[in-house]
Amino acid sequence: MWQFFHKLGSPKWFFGIANRFMPWLLAGGLILLVAGLVWGLAFAPKDYLQGNSYRIIFIHVPSAFLAQSIYIMMASAAVVTLVWRMKLADVFVKSVAPVGLMFTFLALFTGAVWGKPTWGTWWVWDARLTSMLILLFLYGGVIALDRSINDEKSAARAVAVLVLVGVVNIPIIKYSVNWWNTLHQPATFKLTEKPAMAMEMWVPLLLSVLGLYLLFGWLACLRMKTEILVRERRTRWVKDLVLAGRK
Amino acid sequence: MPEPLLQAVGLECERDERLLFQNLSFSILPGTVTRVEGPNGSGKTTLLRILAGLNDAWTGELNWCGQPRDRHRESYLRNMLYLGHRPGIKPLLTPLENLRALMAGRRPLDDDALLQALAGTGLSGFEQVPCRNLSAGQQRRVALARLLIADEPLWLLDEVFTAIDAAGVEAIESLLLQRAREGGAVVVTTHHNLDLPGMGRITLGGATER
Amino acid sequence: MNANASIKVQSAQRSVGVTQAMVAVFLRDVRVAFRQKQDLLNPLLFFTMVVTLFPLGVSPEVAFLKQSGAGILWVAALLSVLLSLDHLFRHDFDDGTLEQLMLQPQPLFLLVLAKTLAHWMLTGLPLVLLTPVLGLMLHLDGNSVATLCLTLLIGTPVLSLIGSIGAALTLGLRSAGVLLSLLIIPLYIPVLIFGTGTVAAAVEGAQVSGYLALMGAFLVLALTLAPFASAAALRISLSNS
Repeated sequence: MWQFFHKLGSPKWFFGIANRFMPWLLAGGLILLVAGLVWGLAFAPKDYLQGNSYRIIFIHVPSAFLAQSIYIMMASAAVVTLVWRMKLADVFVKSVAPVGLMFTFLALFTGAVWGKPTWGTWWVWDARLTSMLILLFLYGGVIALDRSINDEKSAARAVAVLVLVGVVNIPIIKYSVNWWNTLHQPATFKLTEKPAMAMEMWVPLLLSVLGLYLLFGWLACLRMKTEILVRERRTRWVKDLVLAGRK
Repeated sequence: MPEPLLQAVGLECERDERLLFQNLSFSILPGTVTRVEGPNGSGKTTLLRILAGLNDAWTGELNWCGQPRDRHRESYLRNMLYLGHRPGIKPLLTPLENLRALMAGRRPLDDDALLQALAGTGLSGFEQVPCRNLSAGQQRRVALARLLIADEPLWLLDEVFTAIDAAGVEAIESLLLQRAREGGAVVVTTHHNLDLPGMGRITLGGATER
Repeated sequence: MNANASIKVQSAQRSVGVTQAMVAVFLRDVRVAFRQKQDLLNPLLFFTMVVTLFPLGVSPEVAFLKQSGAGILWVAALLSVLLSLDHLFRHDFDDGTLEQLMLQPQPLFLLVLAKTLAHWMLTGLPLVLLTPVLGLMLHLDGNSVATLCLTLLIGTPVLSLIGSIGAALTLGLRSAGVLLSLLIIPLYIPVLIFGTGTVAAAVEGAQVSGYLALMGAFLVLALTLAPFASAAALRISLSNS
């Protein structure tokens, strides 16, 4: 078990594994996502209240899922960084933080686009949108701190502390924002799916969520590989790898 | 042979993509003075900060009285005195207040003992002057006053002679030797030409590109 | 050589008690602050000036000020604390007292807690004391001012505690001040929401003890967790210096 754990931390070992899994992640992700989106956008029934505009949930919901779960994954990796000082965990946090930021932005953007036909305005201080905005700030802080510290080991550990502090705060932030929302406006509009969602809407949504997760896995591997090459550029195995690639 | 106070086994430290040292092993025995030598940038200060427990970007083994140091942190800190480049003196406080604050967390002493220590470093008459009005050498002397009242057996002193005049240097040298005679151990880095009888050496090479 | 050895390794039990060491750290910070009184005044001046900007920049109408006063004061207090956080560890870092603090035998998080409490007493508490005067200028009624002061009294220590994490993380970095704000503001949001929300509830005549208890829970949570995070962050920042 421990041997496996240590191997898992070795960048070289990860490089091999990533290369083996990445095509599958990419293919699986694309197939599921395309299937989910085509089904959802073209074939799923119209919503009886919102018409066709609801269809943006097939992008909005998966992005929002990813945005939140990437932060949770980063927090798990942060624990590994602080406790076991595993190099790969640092690499993961550093590589996926911008991806998380991107999905958060995408969720906000699609939320705004949805807001226009639904509420007649691009932005409402809805509880979910506001929480998303704060999540965007949290990602921004993590990336800013990472870029401000030159020494990569210190940067990794400092970022890990920040991510953990953030993850403790996320439920508190969500709770307070919900409370704030009920205080300031009656809960008429909510970006929630109606509880009784038709099966024909559920399945494509599920497909897109799964597809996007797989694509995230692929993107994370890709970015981690790049980061590893930069960090390990002076080691033997990277030099060999680069020389072999040049032939 | 007495048990070493501090023992390093296979220390390795990399900083800013340079390998400062690798496979560095040594023992600090009671009753010795050890000088860490090497050119600028060879990692003398870093080594001392690692030994003190301020820098934890290293791999290897550090033992305190035969036990892993980091598992006996409280005991180690109780018995180790570190003086760094930055003297740890608040410019807004007087020498007496500074010394009192520094000792408060380790071994509170009455003001008489503190004043005596300050006098011992040649600061009589300056006890009530804010440290920012003192010269650089005098400020360092405030920090050095701790050596006169320290009961810690292990001293880690980084560039201890900086800004100190010739008479002061001599006094410190004899203080180090006396501490060794009493059974303590001293590790110093200095650019000063220090050569004490029976002094051990740890030599760090120039840093190598990895 | 060891025949006349008089210096011996001491057992850790002989080190100074934790409370005593914390008091010493606290008192030193207070003493330093009173030697440099301008640093004590600056957050208060800033607080007052930010509050002044709102009647000037938005509207001096009584109705607006009555409605927004609590929010304005909370935001201004939050910014003042944020501004003062940069000092929390920086001077100690520059003159080397922070290194010595970390090498004291007592648990670092408790010493950091003592420093943070001193910071609150020197910045947060004066802000609370100044609030009634500014509340008067914003036409808040007595009930609102009382609730506002209570929320600030519970809330400002939380600001200092959370802020200490950011101050420790950004220690020794270039443009640490701006970075500190970026890291910390999102974490301040819950305190701000409940601070102002409680006052709003009080104005509407609702029972606020539940909200105050919740803010108290925030304080307890911050008191128990923040010093650990700050201590860990300090070790990282010092290790890098």
